[in-house]
Amino acid sequence: MKLIVAIVRPERANEVLEALFRAEVRGFTVSRVRGHGGETEPVETYRGTTVKMELREKVRFEIGVSEHFVEPTVRAILDSARTGEVGDGKIFVVPVERVYRIRTGDIDEMAVTPPIPAAE
Amino acid sequence: MSESLVQGAPNALSTSDTAWMLVATSLVLLMTPALALFYGGLVRAKNALNTMMMSIASLGVVGLVWAIVGYSFAFSSGNQWIGGVDHLALRGVNVDARGSIPHLLFMAYQGTFAIITAALISGALVERMRFTAYLLFIALWAALVYAPVAHWVWGGGWLGRAGVLDYAGGTVVHVNAAAAALAVALVLGPRRDYGRQALLPHNVPYVLLGAALLWFGWFGFNAGSALGANTGAALAFVNTFLAPMATLVAWMGLDIVRTGKATAVGAATGIVVGLVAITPAAGFVSPASAIVIGALAALPSYFAILYRARTALDDSLDVVAAHGVGGATGALLTGVFASAAWGGTDGALAGNVGQLGRQLLGLVVVAAYSGALTFVLIKAVSLALPLRTVTRAERTGLDITEHGEEAYSHDEGTVLVLPTAEKEPAASLHSVLESSA
Repeated sequence: MKLIVAIVRPERANEVLEALFRAEVRGFTVSRVRGHGGETEPVETYRGTTVKMELREKVRFEIGVSEHFVEPTVRAILDSARTGEVGDGKIFVVPVERVYRIRTGDIDEMAVTPPIPAAE
Repeated sequence: MSESLVQGAPNALSTSDTAWMLVATSLVLLMTPALALFYGGLVRAKNALNTMMMSIASLGVVGLVWAIVGYSFAFSSGNQWIGGVDHLALRGVNVDARGSIPHLLFMAYQGTFAIITAALISGALVERMRFTAYLLFIALWAALVYAPVAHWVWGGGWLGRAGVLDYAGGTVVHVNAAAAALAVALVLGPRRDYGRQALLPHNVPYVLLGAALLWFGWFGFNAGSALGANTGAALAFVNTFLAPMATLVAWMGLDIVRTGKATAVGAATGIVVGLVAITPAAGFVSPASAIVIGALAALPSYFAILYRARTALDDSLDVVAAHGVGGATGALLTGVFASAAWGGTDGALAGNVGQLGRQLLGLVVVAAYSGALTFVLIKAVSLALPLRTVTRAERTGLDITEHGEEAYSHDEGTVLVLPTAEKEPAASLHSVLESSA
């Protein structure tokens, strides 16, 4: 099992969501986060105060998947989140020690996206 | 404010004048909650309620002070310097005519001016002042600074007799409030984060809504100062309609030239500055002059705001730059553009250069009196109550420390304190809020 953490542009979040559904990935958590990814900073002016916004809005997907799903999930995110500009985000694939499904008590592979992709 | 009406030659009641002044009084009262939105949007989220409460509290505190002592000090016949004690606690203020409207209505209309003038000061004090000290301060200020100054210009006092033109309060309201704001800001000192961190407005839509409602209420402020439903009211109304339009356009133009972008906070500020500048002139100048006054008024206030942000003076919401500089510009331009054909007195453009001097005298005297006496009052308040919140409170935000509330609360992470608990509820609720932060 792996935990895939993807940080993407908010304006690409809907495309990522669509791509994940097309790839049959059905379980994930989404949160709004802020970060700095080397983009140029927009300048804002409030009366006499001028500020550079060093933190940009991003959306973080957290997806627990079985080994078979790692490649299709990563590919779905790469294809849907990319604009080619600086600030497109990152994907981290992290090993997971144990997963429980709270409703049933299922453990590990049984608790995440099914071990065998539906298409196969 | 038309001299003969203020002096109150016993006229007959006019139902149309009374109807308009009932509406105008309501309109001016609305300006104080509008100011709460304008100021509340400009501060950080953790101080939004405290900032708005500074305006809202004035509705109660200054309103009552006005009824009990302020009205008498301003509008009962005393001497040149201050009114008498005839109308203390509204004694003798009844439904008989003062001018052409019931005396009670005249008192209420003037009360709405006292309320907003005191609330205007709060823009220089936000995010650091103890609320109880603020309440005591505005109560004293309304009685001892606002009421005498209103008497000087409108209540039969020496500035009115000297021929100073102030139709609806450019000097009495705006220069007066700004001088007081400067004095209190100097005594309080800057916020701990001032000049170290970016202190940004937390809700710019509130600022725009506040500015729009101020404009709406300002029709009562300026056109109501005719004290009747007459041609003077129509002139003041249209000038209040036109001048801020010119200021708004000029302000956006300055923004675009300086940064390439017209800002929303700038637009809201421009509207308010235009309203402030036309206030002393509203019933004295032609509509074409109102447009010129509005456009010219943008310049000094715009650059005063830019300059102030680079100084050590934490006049947090730019009361001095918007109301002081804007009010002074308006008062002086009234002396330039006043026209006998429109409002009964000529200004410098029509050859009456002396009027400009009288305008200058009025605003210098009012600013000096207000600044000096406010300094004394705030020092006196500091002997009774601490003026400033402690550093930790400033970090947490005054909404929690001064009011025990938050503007934008979250129900996650809160634990209900049951009334049966023996502990002091305020203290334990406070610690729950603190630990969730």
